[in-house]
Amino acid sequence: MIDVQNVSRAFGMLRAVDDVSLSVGEGETVGIIGTNGSGKTTLLNLITGYLQPTSGRIVFQGTDITGLSPRRVTALGMARSFQIPQLYTGLTVLDNILIAIATHSGRSADFWTPIYRSDCVTKADELLALFGLRDRAAATVSDLPEGGRKVLDVALSVILEPKVLLMDEPTSGVSARDKFSVMDTLMPALKRGRVTTIFVEHDLDIMERYAERAVAFDGGKIIADGPVADVLARPEVRRAVLGEG
Amino acid sequence: MSEPTIHRSLPLAAISAFAVIAILPLFLSDWISFLIALALAKGAVVLGVVLLLRGGLISFGHALYFAIGAYAVGFLANRFGIGEALVGLPLATIISALVAAALGLLLMRFRGIYFAMLSLALSMILYTVLIKFYDFSGGTDGLSVRGFTLAGATPARPGLVQYYLVLGLTAAVIYVGARFLASPLGYLMQAVRYNEIRIEYLGASANHAILGSYVVSGAISGLGGALVAYLIGHVSPELAFWVSSGDFVFVAVLGGTGSVFAPFIGSIAFEFVKNYALKFSPSTWQLTLGVFLLVVIYFQPQGLWGLLTRLRAKPQ
Repeated sequence: MIDVQNVSRAFGMLRAVDDVSLSVGEGETVGIIGTNGSGKTTLLNLITGYLQPTSGRIVFQGTDITGLSPRRVTALGMARSFQIPQLYTGLTVLDNILIAIATHSGRSADFWTPIYRSDCVTKADELLALFGLRDRAAATVSDLPEGGRKVLDVALSVILEPKVLLMDEPTSGVSARDKFSVMDTLMPALKRGRVTTIFVEHDLDIMERYAERAVAFDGGKIIADGPVADVLARPEVRRAVLGEG
Repeated sequence: MSEPTIHRSLPLAAISAFAVIAILPLFLSDWISFLIALALAKGAVVLGVVLLLRGGLISFGHALYFAIGAYAVGFLANRFGIGEALVGLPLATIISALVAAALGLLLMRFRGIYFAMLSLALSMILYTVLIKFYDFSGGTDGLSVRGFTLAGATPARPGLVQYYLVLGLTAAVIYVGARFLASPLGYLMQAVRYNEIRIEYLGASANHAILGSYVVSGAISGLGGALVAYLIGHVSPELAFWVSSGDFVFVAVLGGTGSVFAPFIGSIAFEFVKNYALKFSPSTWQLTLGVFLLVVIYFQPQGLWGLLTRLRAKPQ
């Protein structure tokens, strides 16, 4: 479904992603691990068009998406959430959701129909309940705790009903109590919808519980790729990612 | 779940306010009625500025559309002898929208000070054209707007007819503005202010949202300019001058951006303060206006509309 072919990205002398190749099939759930600065987020930025590769190409469902803008990549069926939530901080939680629903239904140029249309509000309400945000619907996003913002950021990407969902540390900042409940709701729903899911995560509990395949990064390169238990057991991964030995 | 706005009880308040304004000519002198009509017409231009301000974009060139709307009816009346408002007003609105669509393609790529300065530059180009091309525009003399008719009839009291024409169209502009602000494009324009990255990752375009808003803004500003041309009966290049644009931004800040009513409240306050300042202190009227704005900003940063909503909220 996604083919990353010999992709590199350099920032000056630093090669943040160095000749990386990765294939992810339809419906797969892939967890990416690695230390800070190992190239995980840069890879997500390259796949979703936020950054352009220095070399290599990225193919999505047979279409070369190398260099396409985020908007065009999104239109092809790819959505993402961010390490630092990207939200409309001065608007309410419900406003954020309704804007996403309106744009996904192709109404972004509509200047006449209210965004608070009853069917859209019902849909938003269901989604807020799913993500445990219903009682914060009227809250301004800037007043939400970090965990709430993170969950909302993921919710916005899910609204797009993507074929591929990329999440950058979806549970960082979310309380230990809530992170599993959110992921327990979200991940099976993505699985049922055969959504290909790639998520970057530091939390090994999350990785072991939800990923089918793990990809370990170090120094901009993939150092291990395979079933989660196998990857986490490898000495080079334990040394580079977990800091052991 | 319902829309969390402060506008729920507004329709009744708005209808009451319009009813009061509608009967004012019965009690007030002609010049005060004229001043109110002028303020409401200019309020439409200020609303155009506010629609962009909500997206974090300051247009220091909205006098461009004000002048285009005014000159459209000026040309129609002066060159073609058509003073019919039912022709002039839609024509001025459409021409303004088309110009906004063309210039918006350029402006939508800019933000912050660059957007403000480029919009200012465009309005000054029009100002220069109007000054220099005398045969075309009448130069600094401008053009007179004669032969006002409405639905083919020449009113016995044109001032009064124009007053109600402005009032009716103000209601229409407020309705359109309210629909816009509550629409996906209106919300997306606010989103531009907060996070363009998320807009792009929702598959929408921040630039397109700005373009759409700019066209709506330009159209209603053009309509406001056309109304002013009929009211004053004359158009001149000063309409496109940067001072006019500055006044619209001034009034936008004065009225606030919290509601579609705010620009009209700000505009009425501005016209009255300005006129009375001119009357009582002709050599320092700008100082009076400046102090007035400073006081409002200092004590009520959300403008006069913020003051009204605070007063409305207090009894509860």
